[in-house]
Amino acid sequence: MPDLDDIELEQLARGRPIWSGTVSFGLVSVPVNIMPANRPNPIAFHMVSGEGEQLRRRYFADKHEPRKTGRTQRKAKRPNDETATGRQLTRDDIVRGYEWKKGKFVVLDDDELERIAPERTRDIDLRMFVDAAEIDPMYFVRAYYLTPVGSPKAYKLLAHVMQERGRAGVATFVMRAKEYVAAILAEHGILRLETLRFVDEIRSPRAIGLPAPARPRPADVKKIAAMIKRLSKSSIDKRLLDDKSADKIEALVKRKARQGEDVVVVPDVDDEDEEPSANVIDLMARLQQSLKGGGRSLAAR
Amino acid sequence: MWKGVIAFGSLSLPVKLYSAVQDKSIRFRLLDARTKLPVTQRMIEPDSGKVVDSDDVQKALQVSKTKMVVVEPEEIAKIEPKESRDIDVDRFVGTDVITHQWFERPYWLGPDGEDATKKYFALVDAMRAQEKEGFARWVMRKKEYIGALRVEGDYLTLITLRPSAEVIPASQLEAPGGRAPDKREVEMAHKLVESMEGKLDMSEFKDTYRARVLELVEAKARGKVVRFPKQRRRPTEDKSLEAMLRKSLATPSRARGRQSA
Repeated sequence: MPDLDDIELEQLARGRPIWSGTVSFGLVSVPVNIMPANRPNPIAFHMVSGEGEQLRRRYFADKHEPRKTGRTQRKAKRPNDETATGRQLTRDDIVRGYEWKKGKFVVLDDDELERIAPERTRDIDLRMFVDAAEIDPMYFVRAYYLTPVGSPKAYKLLAHVMQERGRAGVATFVMRAKEYVAAILAEHGILRLETLRFVDEIRSPRAIGLPAPARPRPADVKKIAAMIKRLSKSSIDKRLLDDKSADKIEALVKRKARQGEDVVVVPDVDDEDEEPSANVIDLMARLQQSLKGGGRSLAAR
Repeated sequence: MWKGVIAFGSLSLPVKLYSAVQDKSIRFRLLDARTKLPVTQRMIEPDSGKVVDSDDVQKALQVSKTKMVVVEPEEIAKIEPKESRDIDVDRFVGTDVITHQWFERPYWLGPDGEDATKKYFALVDAMRAQEKEGFARWVMRKKEYIGALRVEGDYLTLITLRPSAEVIPASQLEAPGGRAPDKREVEMAHKLVESMEGKLDMSEFKDTYRARVLELVEAKARGKVVRFPKQRRRPTEDKSLEAMLRKSLATPSRARGRQSA
């Protein structure tokens, strides 16, 4: 997931809004929260120790030797004492950096990153409306639902009119140090935002070196066309979209649980600070709650 | 690059798969604030705080609130899909059946070898003439994929699709409630949307922020003091929705965006 940072991944896993912003259309402001529209893969493994204790991921400051070849020193066996594993860090001990030269980092704080785009902060700028079918499928990256913050009046108006006109909006915004172009679609009175790729993120057939189109033999075209016709259906059976590998793993795990094989009992924690398991979260319920409106903006916190 | 064979009916067409995307986003690293050096992720036992070596970490899946089942690597290996070169096309559907909610990652397909070239463009022609796309499945690097086989310009693309368990369709959610929008507001909003309608040209949207981040990095790396433009606060609008719609319509569309900043 190249377009998400750690904070977003965490929010995604919890089914929480990942960001708050204001969709601006003309001079009308539509304050929204951005919620994930896709559930994480239901087969989300937990990491446990040999004794079956559930493990947590933590960040450590390494004891950095003068860096030579980055890769090789990772293999070194680490005995379990602080001098070898380094200090454990909390979120406050961690900053964001950019490697501008091998091994040299420049620290960039969120404030600086927001200030280089002051005109864009928190603004999801609706630039134009288009026919949704015009957007090339190659451009779509990831889907989010927009849920109203405060009064849903403007939200409902925008969704209503977009749906009536059968139009999608194209918007740009800056979220956590990255600029996005996105499509905003209205369906069933609900606004969905789909992030898109920029033109220079799509390789052209020429750049890849695909051969120039060759004129096919009409007989071949006819034969293939007949085969396509025979295989044509009007719709897709939703079951075709099932993840078969996930189903197999689920079946395996269920069988082992029944037989009491490799079963680990974990304490029933309901602590907000702990990572909840992805398959326990009911993203749908969270979305539904958020769509009821009156929600609070993350920015207000 | 991966090589496969598109197979349906009596057709078998060797193709090469190329990633159609190149990620241009800026890669940030998490650093220790004190040393300004990258941090490392490790697994720890939460109670004792003991670091667990990666070789001793096992994978487990939750089966109930209080129960997990440990899965051995050999067990996972056993249910891994069988290696195959086939890109099986199960069926063809109209180009409007598979919608963007499912799209995940696009690939270009190119013919693999001289013999395949004519057949490749014959398939392009046939699919284009019928306005059809294929629903395909294949196994690549030990993972099962489902995808849409499509025509894009003169070439074939394969776009991987998300499994249905991951997608929450809007039809399963309830829209925000409350009163229906006011008639006059709807009318004005229609006009406003209409005035902003146009033909999509993705090249009009450029990532200008990326360049500014790199400039900032450069300046800081050279030890320059970076001055930022003053933060401009968006005026808090307490005007009614109707008033803002009216004002928007009175403003030429070109100027609208900037004026609101």
